[in-house]
Amino acid sequence: MHDDVANESRFQERIDSGEKIEPRDWMPERFRHQLIRMISQHAHSEIVGMLPEGNWITRAPSLRRKMALLAKVQDEAGHGLYLYSAAETLGVSREDLIDQLLDGSAKYSSIFNYPTLTWADVGVIGWLVDGAAIVNQTMLAKSSYGPYARANLRICKEENFHKKQGFEIVATLAAGTTEQRSMVQDAVDRWWWPSLMMFGPHDNDSPNTAELMRWGVKRRSNDDLRQHFVNITIPQAKAVGITIPDPELRYNEESGDWEFGAIDWDEFYRVIKGNGPCNAERMKARRSAHDDGRWVREAAAAYASRDTVAAEE
Amino acid sequence: MTDLALTNFLIRTGDDCLIVGHRLSEWCGHAPILEEDVALANIALDCIGTANALYTRACDLGGGRRTPDELAFLRSVTEFRNALIVELPRGDFARTIVRQYLFAEYELLLFEALSSCPDPEVAGIAGRTINERKYHVRHCREWVARLGLGTEESRSRAQAAVDELWPYTAELFQKDKLLEELVASGVLPGLDGTSAEWTDVVSRSLSDASLVVPADVFQHVGGREGRHTEHLGHLLDEMQIVARSHPDGKW
Repeated sequence: MHDDVANESRFQERIDSGEKIEPRDWMPERFRHQLIRMISQHAHSEIVGMLPEGNWITRAPSLRRKMALLAKVQDEAGHGLYLYSAAETLGVSREDLIDQLLDGSAKYSSIFNYPTLTWADVGVIGWLVDGAAIVNQTMLAKSSYGPYARANLRICKEENFHKKQGFEIVATLAAGTTEQRSMVQDAVDRWWWPSLMMFGPHDNDSPNTAELMRWGVKRRSNDDLRQHFVNITIPQAKAVGITIPDPELRYNEESGDWEFGAIDWDEFYRVIKGNGPCNAERMKARRSAHDDGRWVREAAAAYASRDTVAAEE
Repeated sequence: MTDLALTNFLIRTGDDCLIVGHRLSEWCGHAPILEEDVALANIALDCIGTANALYTRACDLGGGRRTPDELAFLRSVTEFRNALIVELPRGDFARTIVRQYLFAEYELLLFEALSSCPDPEVAGIAGRTINERKYHVRHCREWVARLGLGTEESRSRAQAAVDELWPYTAELFQKDKLLEELVASGVLPGLDGTSAEWTDVVSRSLSDASLVVPADVFQHVGGREGRHTEHLGHLLDEMQIVARSHPDGKW
């Protein structure tokens, strides 16, 4: 008991002085638990996030866009791999984490429970959804847990490229035919509010924030990050002539912030609870990939053990 | 005349790459393990990249009257000249892997031959492609071994894939006027012997994986004349829908 108190104060001192916590270091069980929850949610989000955009790989309208989108979705699979590895440093296995995703006990980012209806969604996801993710991950790249910070640093580099590609698609469509322009505006109308929800509940409704900030896992609050995202995004929208679907949007000269209207938190909680437009479909797609692939994984395992047996003989 | 023949040859070789790449890309997000989502997407990217390079050269030789995107997105099913094997549905993982293995061994031989093409652009594309195809061969051959020697189920699925795909392999080596013309005019090196070499290499890998090579089965052809299976039309409907819906659109 006495040791725990001493350990915990030493742990907090290390964090306060900006040191990274590494896998073999002592850490409170609650810290380990919170990190497993966060990192696995992040990993699952990358994997489920492959689906809405993957939906358009086979319909991308030019060879260049097809290759860029395929490469992007491939990067997401890669991010999933780094993140599952980061989570494994905390003593959990990828298989167990995936089981938790498939049985519904683990969460993933709700943004991926919205459907991609037109090609413009691919551009808008790159611009807004990846843009919001970068704001969050840039903070997490400074997180106190070493493996998670390093995974985010790598992820951010690739996400910046995705955002650039997404914005380029948006800009191209916004300068395109009447139909293309209305397609991209419609996509922004659908994705804007869900993108703001990606930062999570308001600070006073966010049960984990205070603890995560004290431990240096998070360095900025949800509302602070959301405001930063809005501030950098509005000028981009203006540059390409896109209207943000918020009549209350105002620039505050004093604070330098773009003030925005109220977020529909009922929608936010409805989607988190599983009643978004695509929750059931996304889980069904993941489960069937997992179930259909079982015989392949079994074959690989049987083959690998055959090698081991041969080597021992 | 030779330019036209070479153009047509590059387009049909590009068609093979594009269609097989498209089929592989259908796996993205649905593979049996995350590592395979990455690997299959990677192979798909290589294939579509090669198609883009071959189409680009074909368009340049054709005097710039068409663009690579027009070749991919605005030709109809009877204008595509890919071999039938690449347009067959992706099927299960065994079918995808066996197809890719058989096709990659063919491509490796083809691009090795094309690396001495007198057209320096084509030789350059071929040279860059060889290393990619070596990786495709290695990756797929390893999976063929895992499936063939893994479990009873994986072996029977892999064998079913071999049985289903084998009747579409001879078309890859089918001789026709176009090839004869290109060989006669020295634009392409003779491909005599590649078929036997392919059969040799592939048969060895399959039998190492305890898979049986079918003997003397009927061989389907027609893709090189635009006589396809029903599957290609559906693939193109999906691939071309956005591009065709907005004929004035830039992307």
